[in-house]
Amino acid sequence: MKRRIPLLAYSIASLVLFFGGWQAVVSAGLVSSFVLPSPIDVIDRTITMMIRPFAGALLWEHALSSIGRFLGGFGLAAAIGIPLGLMMGRFRLLEDIVTPLFEGYRYVAPLAWVPFAALWFGTGIGGAIMVIFTGAFAPCVINAYRGARLVDRHLIEAAQTHGASELRIGWEVLLPGALPSIVAGLRISAGLGWQSLIGAELIVVSSGIGYVMIQGQSNLSPETVVTSMLVIGLVGLAIDFGLRAAETAVRRKWEGQ
Amino acid sequence: MSEIVIDNITKIFGEGGAKPFTAIKDVDFHVKDREFISVVGPSGCGKTTLMRMVAGLETVSRGEIRVAGKPVKGPGPDRAVVFQQFALFPWKTVRENIVFGMRSKGASKAERDKAVHHYLTLMKMEGTEDKYPHQLSGGMQQRVAIARSYATDPGVLLMDEPFGALDAQTRTIMQEELVRVSKDNPRTVMFITHSVEEAVYLADRVVVMGRNPGHIREVIDVAQTRQAEKWSEEPIDDVMEKSSFTHLRGQVWRLLREQMGDDM
Ligand SMILES: Nc1ncnc2c1ncn2[C@@H]1O[C@H](COP(=O)(O)OP(=O)(O)OP(=O)(O)O)[C@@H](O)[C@H]1O
Ligand SMILES: [Mg+2]
Repeated sequence: MKRRIPLLAYSIASLVLFFGGWQAVVSAGLVSSFVLPSPIDVIDRTITMMIRPFAGALLWEHALSSIGRFLGGFGLAAAIGIPLGLMMGRFRLLEDIVTPLFEGYRYVAPLAWVPFAALWFGTGIGGAIMVIFTGAFAPCVINAYRGARLVDRHLIEAAQTHGASELRIGWEVLLPGALPSIVAGLRISAGLGWQSLIGAELIVVSSGIGYVMIQGQSNLSPETVVTSMLVIGLVGLAIDFGLRAAETAVRRKWEGQ
Repeated sequence: MSEIVIDNITKIFGEGGAKPFTAIKDVDFHVKDREFISVVGPSGCGKTTLMRMVAGLETVSRGEIRVAGKPVKGPGPDRAVVFQQFALFPWKTVRENIVFGMRSKGASKAERDKAVHHYLTLMKMEGTEDKYPHQLSGGMQQRVAIARSYATDPGVLLMDEPFGALDAQTRTIMQEELVRVSKDNPRTVMFITHSVEEAVYLADRVVVMGRNPGHIREVIDVAQTRQAEKWSEEPIDDVMEKSSFTHLRGQVWRLLREQMGDDM
């Protein structure tokens, strides 16, 4: 416990130094506040956006609409990716069929899907969800697949010789066996999904944090852009924090066994 | 009627590939309904392979295996396997592990509770229902694995060195328990072991296998002697001192030693 206090002190010092330096650079007139807004301008802008609508909604409403889209795309990626990965780990044939397609898709950046997303699902929620999905899907599949491959073969055989159906093997053996790997994958997946969402919002939709950012840019309001960046960072951090807690909990529970 | 008919089978691993390997050649054997068979043989003679083929976990290259008259096509709850590695589900409690196979067969909640109670009492493990496998000793885990297979109520029970990982004392207790459980609840059993004592003590017949490639060397009848001398009513230590026991044990040993000789 003794070491935690100095460590925290370093973290605080580094933040104070960063924001202090930032403020000093702008106050001293080294750069125009038009190019780089000062932290005080940003805080002021953040408070304003929380009480007065900008681009059609309050700041937290934009944030919520982004989070909603994120959950949609991420949830869909997990709901399809995890069972697919588990099945690929279980059935060699499926693995052989899916792998080439999957390897091709994996190296296409999520943003490269934006034109198709807009074309197929429009610029409403559908297009955005598809972009997040393409970002979040791969780690779900890969980690579920790897996790399933690492499940002790004897457990699967024990299930088989005790009459379990394939569905039950998936649900009661592969899924819990692969869970630590799956949760680790979800964390990567969420990070990529959240990043792709902002990308998508910059282009295809008319609400959300990414949209606020674009509006800030075209209104020549750099403090709005920075405020959006802060919100993006904070929400991303919160998502990662939640999933990291889940990962630790699963790992602790599973490692005891 | 759960007899096992091993009808002249051969197992070739990697058949059609660059390096086919004949693990078992022309094995022909019948296990009678409710008979307890021990299988012994030098390492690598194909004991596990033979059992896995009966379980349906491995395909047969030539010949056919029938259980209760039906050709084996894949694994099923009529042939529960007790693995050397226990293979309990780590994320399930003792209770959930024991009823795993019963649930496949659609047993009711009341039936499942009754079975859990029955087997835990039989195995002297009352009060462990809600524990997880890692909270149990190796001997207790193996008892749960055996309870899981018994509770599934299979016609055939396949055990691959189930006591191999246990210390000598726990092993003795488990052997006596298995004799008791088998007496109350007779099943067709195929029991693989490296221990000649164990093989003779438990089995009605001991199958001695040889290798290169795996085959059946000889089958030794124990049931007659066991019944005549009422082995199952005495502690294992006493049984092992009987001259009838040491005689049978010597017979199995000699066959195994000849095996080793072949190789050296
Ligand atoms: N999947 C496989 N592919 C190729 N060869 C195999 C495979 N499984 C087993 N074998 C070979 O078949 C032979 C018999 O193996 P098996 O495991 O049945 O022997 P065992 O009698 O059970 O030995 P042990 O007493 O050491 O357990 C061995 O030579 C082994 O290397
Ligand atoms: Mg073996």
